[in-house]
Amino acid sequence: MAQRASTASEESAQVSKDLSAQVIKDLHERMVRIRLFETEAGKLMEAGKLPGFLHLYVGQEAVAAGVMAALRDDDQITSTHRGHGHAVAKGVGLREMYAELYGRVTGACLGRGGSMHINDVTRGMLGANGIVGAGVPIAVGAAFAARYKGEDSVAVTFFGDGATNIGAFHEGANMAAILDLPVVFVCENNGYAEFTPQSKHMLLTDVADRAAAYGMPSVIVDGMDAVAVHRAAVEAVERARSGGGPMMIEAKTYRFFDHQGVKGLRHPYRSDDEVAEWKARDPIDLIETRAVADGTATRAELDDTWQRTRDEIAEAIAYAEASPLPDTADLLLNVYSG
Amino acid sequence: MTTLTEAQAVAPNSTARKLSYVKAFNEGLAQAMREDENVFVAGEDVAGYGGVFRMFDNLLDEFGPRRMIDTPISEAALVGLGVGAAARGLRPVVDLMFMDFIGVCLDQIVNQAAKMKYMFGGSVSVPLTITTASGAGLGAAAQHSQSLEAWLAHVPGLKVVMPSDAYTAKGLTVSAIRDDNPVVVMLNKVLLGSSCEVPEEIYGIPLGQAHTARHGSDVTVIALGRMVGEALAAADELAAEGVEIEVIDPRTVQPLDTETMFTSVRRTNRVLVVHEAVTFGGLGAEIAAQIQDAAFDYLDAPVLRIGAPFSPVPFSPVLEKAYVPDRDRIAQGCRRLLERS
Repeated sequence: MAQRASTASEESAQVSKDLSAQVIKDLHERMVRIRLFETEAGKLMEAGKLPGFLHLYVGQEAVAAGVMAALRDDDQITSTHRGHGHAVAKGVGLREMYAELYGRVTGACLGRGGSMHINDVTRGMLGANGIVGAGVPIAVGAAFAARYKGEDSVAVTFFGDGATNIGAFHEGANMAAILDLPVVFVCENNGYAEFTPQSKHMLLTDVADRAAAYGMPSVIVDGMDAVAVHRAAVEAVERARSGGGPMMIEAKTYRFFDHQGVKGLRHPYRSDDEVAEWKARDPIDLIETRAVADGTATRAELDDTWQRTRDEIAEAIAYAEASPLPDTADLLLNVYSG
Repeated sequence: MTTLTEAQAVAPNSTARKLSYVKAFNEGLAQAMREDENVFVAGEDVAGYGGVFRMFDNLLDEFGPRRMIDTPISEAALVGLGVGAAARGLRPVVDLMFMDFIGVCLDQIVNQAAKMKYMFGGSVSVPLTITTASGAGLGAAAQHSQSLEAWLAHVPGLKVVMPSDAYTAKGLTVSAIRDDNPVVVMLNKVLLGSSCEVPEEIYGIPLGQAHTARHGSDVTVIALGRMVGEALAAADELAAEGVEIEVIDPRTVQPLDTETMFTSVRRTNRVLVVHEAVTFGGLGAEIAAQIQDAAFDYLDAPVLRIGAPFSPVPFSPVLEKAYVPDRDRIAQGCRRLLERS
């Protein structure tokens, strides 16, 4: 059974005091970068400037920030189709990300991948993925490669609650466990598989219970609390890095926007009250309030982070808009190697 | 067979000796593993047992459990393991045992392995080799006998090779492992025990290059995999009737060397395509369409296709024999083509 980490805010607040001010600021900055990247992308989509689909991550920032702050650049991640947050938190360039959303040749995928396939192998970001659950076995392979080469990097695979109903998740979890590989399984349980609530797609309350089936330890954390996520991630990552094998973290979180786009609420699959309840526990508000209260950061410092990031985002969007489109003569580029 | 000449051309100092198809594969794989430390093998029963077709015999002894990995029966995770490891610089060889099992892991092959380089803007390569056994003829019935090359050849980003004898089994396997793209090596189950001369040293056969297995002037027969041997047998039979058949073995069906075919067809003016797979939607249709496009004015008869009927592979030996094309059907097809003015 999953180890139930405390989600009481008092306890987390105590933990936050134990973390250095630098870590708290780091978590905060990663979350602000995701929030602004995403809200601006949402506006661009609403303005009709972006082709394709956009799966926004707003609300779940504490998970990406908390985990990525526990990783090194050479650690690998595989992501979901809600992958911008993971990419931003892993350090992928905002310019390349926006340019990709615009389908420009300067994009992270040269305009060939779009929102659902943003990657940066130099940052250990092995791609968002348009296929639910498909990144799980790929992370297992990345972890296998690390061990094969005698490196001590780890692989983290992010997936949603819905993905744990697909075979690739179960096969990947069992494979990682039986091969004893350095993989951290991070379930971002936002309560919905697209538009279907968890109660209608599995009989479990806690996805973490699934880890037990593979002999894998697990922990449940408050996915709105970056400090709690970070604490669990540090433990899981260090355990994997030191040869302790795979572990699962289930972060209970929530997406503030719709499954796709900004407002696609054709069917009231969740209530306004429910959304409001979760928004009241905004992960960025949470860390800011606590940081100011315990003296980790001043309001001015936090505001400065927002402003610097806003400027960087505006610059990145301008870069993307000024970037050239791909040359159609290069349509077949990179279908094969060599 | 013309393979001896070609083998000597590839490896002039070779001491050619006869080797079975399965042993030639095994030897090529072992040599590729010796050549590159990044090559490892993962699959069900590949290490301890040596593979259900003995494809991996003795490799555990030489390379140990670090490089020979027995996995759970989990084809999706197995191919995914290969994709992730390949993206991180290794050269995985993952074995799918029976080709029919690709349905279980088609996402990892089609959506992940095949597309990763393209979708990532070229920043990563996936030098993954997938080995599998295809084909009917062993009484293995509908779920263990299929030839699904058309599914895979249809997907941009994948390469597909179909060794027709022991010599090509070794050379194509070595090339697949050395290639920076995902390559599916379709070994034919009926051919596993067949032998021909195979050089001892390591050699690769270029991917995407067809081989003219027999020269002739009257009909071009383009044959895939096991059908090459059947076509050569049909050619012997027809030669006795004074008809000279040219037999082309594409060896690689993706990418497909159509130029060699076009050149041949422009000389012979008649063409028959034969494969084990179901005719409908099979590669014969693609090849026929391309020949029509490139050499219509040279054709004295419509391109003829021979393949399996539109049915799952049957179990009963009498039905299975009727199902798979053979030398008689190929010879009859050639005669039909020649009957047209």
